[in-house]
Amino acid sequence: MAERKENKAGAKRLRNIFFGNEYKKEATISYGILIVGYILLQLGANAGLIGRNLQGQFVPICVYISLAISLNLVVGISGELSLGHAGFMSVGAFTGIIVTRMMEASMPSGNVRLFFAVLAGAITAAIAGIIIGIPILGLRGDYLAIVTLAFGEIVRNIMNVLYFGLDGKKLKFAFNHTIDGVEGNQRIITGAIGATGVTKTATFTTAMLLTLFTLFVVLNLKNSKHGRCIMAVRDNRIAGESIGINVKKYKLIAFVVSAALAGMAGAMFGQNYSTLAPLKFNFNTSVLILVFVVLGGIGNIWGGILAATLLTILPEALRQFADYRMLTYAVVLIVVMICTYNPTIRARAGMVWEKISPRKRRKKKAEEAADHDETGKEEM
Amino acid sequence: MNFLNSLISGLSLGSVYAIIALGYTMVYGISKMLNFAHGDVIMVGGYVSFCLTMYMGMNGWIALALAMAVCTLLGITIERLAYRPLRGTGSLAVLITAIGVSYFLQNSALLIWGANPRVFTSLFNGVDTIHAANGQLTITAESLFTIVANIVIMICLTLFVSRTKAGKAMRAVSEDNGAAQLMGINVNRSISMTFAIGSGLAAVAGVLMCSAYPVLMPTTGSMPGIKAFTAAVFGGIGSIPGAMIGGLILGLIEIMSRAYISTELSDAIVFACLIIVLLVKPTGLLGKKVNEKV
Amino acid sequence: MADDKIIKGDPMNTDISDTGHGYEDRELTYYDDNVGGRAVFVDAKEQWGDEDPYPDTTILPERDKDMTPVLEVKNLGIDFGGLTAVDNFSLAIGRTEIAGLIGPNGAGKTTIFNMLTKVYEPTRGEIFFNSKSTEGMNTVDINKAGMARTFQNIRLFDKLTVEENIKVALHSYTDYHLLNAVFHSPKYRREEKRIHEEAMKMLELFEMTDVADHKAGSLPYGAQRRLEIMRALATKPRLLLLDEPAAGMNPSETAELMKTIKEIRDKFQIAILLIEHDMSLVMGICEGIAVLNYGRTIAKGTPAEIQSNPQVIEAYLGKSRGKMEEEEDIEKQDPEAAFKKGKVTSKVESRPDRAKPAADHAKGTPGKTDKKGKEIR
Repeated sequence: MAERKENKAGAKRLRNIFFGNEYKKEATISYGILIVGYILLQLGANAGLIGRNLQGQFVPICVYISLAISLNLVVGISGELSLGHAGFMSVGAFTGIIVTRMMEASMPSGNVRLFFAVLAGAITAAIAGIIIGIPILGLRGDYLAIVTLAFGEIVRNIMNVLYFGLDGKKLKFAFNHTIDGVEGNQRIITGAIGATGVTKTATFTTAMLLTLFTLFVVLNLKNSKHGRCIMAVRDNRIAGESIGINVKKYKLIAFVVSAALAGMAGAMFGQNYSTLAPLKFNFNTSVLILVFVVLGGIGNIWGGILAATLLTILPEALRQFADYRMLTYAVVLIVVMICTYNPTIRARAGMVWEKISPRKRRKKKAEEAADHDETGKEEM
Repeated sequence: MNFLNSLISGLSLGSVYAIIALGYTMVYGISKMLNFAHGDVIMVGGYVSFCLTMYMGMNGWIALALAMAVCTLLGITIERLAYRPLRGTGSLAVLITAIGVSYFLQNSALLIWGANPRVFTSLFNGVDTIHAANGQLTITAESLFTIVANIVIMICLTLFVSRTKAGKAMRAVSEDNGAAQLMGINVNRSISMTFAIGSGLAAVAGVLMCSAYPVLMPTTGSMPGIKAFTAAVFGGIGSIPGAMIGGLILGLIEIMSRAYISTELSDAIVFACLIIVLLVKPTGLLGKKVNEKV
Repeated sequence: MADDKIIKGDPMNTDISDTGHGYEDRELTYYDDNVGGRAVFVDAKEQWGDEDPYPDTTILPERDKDMTPVLEVKNLGIDFGGLTAVDNFSLAIGRTEIAGLIGPNGAGKTTIFNMLTKVYEPTRGEIFFNSKSTEGMNTVDINKAGMARTFQNIRLFDKLTVEENIKVALHSYTDYHLLNAVFHSPKYRREEKRIHEEAMKMLELFEMTDVADHKAGSLPYGAQRRLEIMRALATKPRLLLLDEPAAGMNPSETAELMKTIKEIRDKFQIAILLIEHDMSLVMGICEGIAVLNYGRTIAKGTPAEIQSNPQVIEAYLGKSRGKMEEEEDIEKQDPEAAFKKGKVTSKVESRPDRAKPAADHAKGTPGKTDKKGKEIR
């Protein structure tokens, strides 16, 4: 009997560690999904259960998850709509490619090159975030959204005409087709064609590490003074100012951290393909990331992780429908959005869920018991 | 002379943007949502008109009218099926649904008409281009008509919104949805009508655009859609004259920077101008400043 | 995205529009022009001319006299467009004083709060807070200098928990930077532990520890009001501005609140300035009261002085005809009794501008609408 009690206390303590409050719960579920997902996919790949096409999606999935998490920092936690996330991704990707290309001769280890690519991507994207963020973060709502959209388009447009090349060890760039002293094969980035001949250094494991790092940063930030201030301003700007929160500063923190993380993900993305065109990072990509965030539930980090995974796999899984797959994708997107957000459907689903979920049923029972019996305690 | 030519083609392109921007701005005004599928309605309008003239040998003008009818219906249907269930759930959910609708339209077009670009026959096929100043100044019938159409549409729409009962109802709904409903205004009908007008105009814009730039693809509508949306914000989203001014300025900037600065960077310049304008006037050129009550 | 209510047009009319049926009321026939206390725009300058009808004669409480006042306001005024919403407002508040700001709806009380906290920039006049001019300061600076406020229409961080709402307010006293936050360094842990304890202490004081991890938006109304006060207090102010803290509370809750406000002053030794329509609260705890009408100060003094001031009674009850004439007679005989009768007995009648039509029509109906309008917000 006593042993059983001890077990129960132990279980409670464990539950407290992992699910004690909202942050712990969110962290446990998010890390859990990533780690379990990683193990399952690795095992599946090793056992030959997963096709080559899907295996090729492993790194992109990790990258998209990272992007969804980082965008959630702006959209969910800071409450601002950003339509230019792909712009930061682009900055990070091409910086990363340049850095790895420059290091190729001196640094044989791919992982080290990758590390520096990701680091450089974070730095340049953060700088881009500061440059764009400082002037625009005073704008409100949809106006901010359109400026981020404009930023994404500007980046894509500029990348379209930008040429980078190595002259010996010197990095050169130009806005036209010829760079002095750079031979054809020393070109790193050639305008609209983008980067070619990239040595792939990204692997599933490193990509997953990056995703975990992104998650770590965002979750930790959320559960801190800075995160609280960011969320406070989201909930009520005027009240936030009235208790002395510098609105612009905290919005900028969210924006720049998000940009840096997107830059890292972009750098990882760039290291996964041998060629990469600037067109890849267009408005549609920004929107795709936003779709992950919204579909996963705005502000819900693990929801975003699941949405990013499913929506990246979905087009692959729909391959058998061939021509109809993007159409199906669109229909699924619309239907899922309506089902998740329509108040009537939600209420109905909630009722059904209450009936089938054992935990909720237990809770309800406990509540009823508590009504009768004042001493009945129920944890929230 | 070169400048004048650019000016005219800028105004013409700007007029197309303005007509599309009207759809954005009206829908935004009334339902506070960014209708990203609007650009693809343009494309549908273009294709419908293309099919009617190509395969059924119809007169271009009748085809235009039918395309308008089809797009109007399409707009109402989209609002009914995709947006109405999400009304009042926050703009992000509707935004993503709109993106879903946009994918849907693009991919439907891809299935029906294929990915290959189609060559659109201009509405003014056979109409002479006006040459002036010893042939140095050329004004195509397309440009001229687009500019005139834009002005006419603008006047009609302004009169409609300010004089008619339905237009006033639309304004009331965009001002305060709930209060309008209490005053006995049929909010659903007003919103449907807004979508209908916006989509009908999108068809006009589609046909005019394809007449001037005769390439038709499933993605034809997306870039002009984004630019027109930018134009709407530029002029102050929610404002009808703002959409016109924003569209015209945007078209001029685009053509001028193509002509005098760089063809490849013209989009970047357009968007940079938008950012600068918003920094100076945070709610666009003619946008209303809203004060938050404390 | 901004789910806050946004109004278009003149921001001055803060008190009127929250009744849910704005200034159209002015057009209604039952508003006799001679009846005072209407909730309508009246240009302060037009109404009073340039002279100050009530020069500053604020008397600080005896114990605060040796210290400079925490707040000194001199000839404050603001115009919205051509309309003078507040004019020639002067006030001084002692270091530990509880002061009240009363007046009919639309008198400009909240506007004064907004000027003090720099939500609006005053057009004229000077504000000295803690002996320093607040010129050039913004809302954030004002709070850092030691002024904290609550809002008429509650503004909490709805999606944060009760404890987090207080922790946010403690942000200026949480000493770690971004990298500590991102990597949860030992310094982060130390500081978080400290502010957690501090927040819990505050919650204990207000007996709200049991709802510490509830979402602020899910709290009942009274608890939300208390949380707002706690949040303001957590910024460690010298002066606390409370905007209608008792709005929507029943008499027993109001009595509870009165006690709390007094306790806050006694425990923290700070000054409190409150706007309130509930006369039992104002008369019960305020040491000095300023009465506003049409943007002008019409009286200042102790509760006793205010209660017997004929101008105040007129502003609140107004001169009336017909049915109200009887009451006017009573007023003349015993103004204090009439005042109390009009104000104290019920919430509805404590808003005289709304109580007025009630006299002519079914009693209480507009008042109900008024209350309902409040609840909807």
